Amino acid sequence: MRYSILTLARNALSYHENWPRAWRSPAPRPEYDVVIIGGGGHGLATAYYLARNHGITNVAVLEKGYLGGGNTGRNTTIVRSNYYLDANAHFYEHSLKLWEGLSADLNFNVMFSQRGVLNLAHSYADLDAYARRGNAMRLNGTDAELLTREEVQRMVPLLDCSETARYPVIGGLLQRRGGTARHDAVAWGYARGADARGVDIIQQCEVVGLRRSGNRIEGIETTRGHIRAKKIGLAVAGHSGHLAAMAGLRLPIETHVLQALVSEPVKPILDTVVTSGAVHFYVSQSDKGEIVMGGDLDGYNSYGQRSNLPPIEHVIQSLIALFPCFSRLRMLRTWGGVMDMSMDGSPVIGRTPVENLYVNCGWCYGGFKATPASGWCFAHTIANDAPHPLNAAYTLDRYTLGRTLDEKGGGPFPWVH
Amino acid sequence: MMLLPCPWCGPRNCTEFTYGGDAGARRPQNPDALTDEEWASYVYLRDNPRGPHDELWQHSAGCRRWIRVRRDTLTHDVIEAAPAGARSAG
Repeated sequence: MRYSILTLARNALSYHENWPRAWRSPAPRPEYDVVIIGGGGHGLATAYYLARNHGITNVAVLEKGYLGGGNTGRNTTIVRSNYYLDANAHFYEHSLKLWEGLSADLNFNVMFSQRGVLNLAHSYADLDAYARRGNAMRLNGTDAELLTREEVQRMVPLLDCSETARYPVIGGLLQRRGGTARHDAVAWGYARGADARGVDIIQQCEVVGLRRSGNRIEGIETTRGHIRAKKIGLAVAGHSGHLAAMAGLRLPIETHVLQALVSEPVKPILDTVVTSGAVHFYVSQSDKGEIVMGGDLDGYNSYGQRSNLPPIEHVIQSLIALFPCFSRLRMLRTWGGVMDMSMDGSPVIGRTPVENLYVNCGWCYGGFKATPASGWCFAHTIANDAPHPLNAAYTLDRYTLGRTLDEKGGGPFPWVH
Repeated sequence: MMLLPCPWCGPRNCTEFTYGGDAGARRPQNPDALTDEEWASYVYLRDNPRGPHDELWQHSAGCRRWIRVRRDTLTHDVIEAAPAGARSAG
């Protein structure tokens, strides 16, 4: 059923009690052309684009819990494409362009709001680095504006830009086309679109083993039985290492926990996304009115999808230092998600040494904004056995070949990215 | 709050420690003799287990010694802690 003003009016007459389910819940069939493991945004987007762009519809998406219950529902919903390296710039810019048309394409409101993403500069070194990044972005066709302190203050009146601020603000880099989106809606919209094209979305179906025979995966052992597939795509974020180990592979990935928290909802007060790389802090306001914020990783290997106090304390301290007016806000909720931290801070979308196994991982803490392009490129790679030009640099063998994509020049330490 | 049992100082808050990563990654004796794959494997690849994990921590805001901790990455329970350099029984 296509959603429109007419279907809305028709269903209003029956008090919205007769809306059909947005997707089916089929039992798994014994064999598929393609099985995508992981029913988050990336996996569902991959299934959607396999059907939409490549006509491959004998596809299943296996999800161990419920759709979007992993990192898709745990991120802080920020969308941006402010990358320096060419490969990343083109990939994330394609993603942002897909975001700009996503609600219309999916016929599902993902509530994409281009309210801008503002990176604060706290030192002249910061400002120089942002000028360099902004220039690189503009050369790659992405929008970027370097702001003075006065322009930052006009844009975000609540921010402490005074001379005596704990973290003095001397300018910023603004991407106006960046913003936020409703994270659950992205999973639901892609699920509905994939389902309408014939994809089976199978929830409560955990993969417990991959049966490898020679250089192929012959079958997938799940909690709902054995499933065969000609091609298998992994899109399981923080659990990539865990699933790859079932196929006998080691990945350039460490899994770390990242936390976020929200305050009680308040009236509209902050109309952009504010981030500070130097302080390791970012904040925005959700459409429900909550102040949404996050900071850095806890800093040690963890699959525990829950929060721990020290990083929360750091986030709150940063919030109060930058926005003193928020000091009396009460916190409503904290949570954690587990991140697939890659060794160069950039993702992997590509083939593996196992012939029919494809991997999509290494999103660090930036996977949400990549969702559309990730699905687009992963679907292309699976359909054609070759990467799309946009993910040609995101190969698994780039670490061996010395072609790492290190935005920060930080070296092989997953917890610094 | 996660506590780590320092062999010298007793159980201490994890914020006193600096994480040193996977203790299983041992620098090869003769890097020049390795292939690119073997070197990349040492530098970049990790077992990244969901469960018991051997890792290094430095008690940087305490006695400043390095310790080797066997910790469950799912539950955060510490299974064993010993001075770094002392080989684990496993």
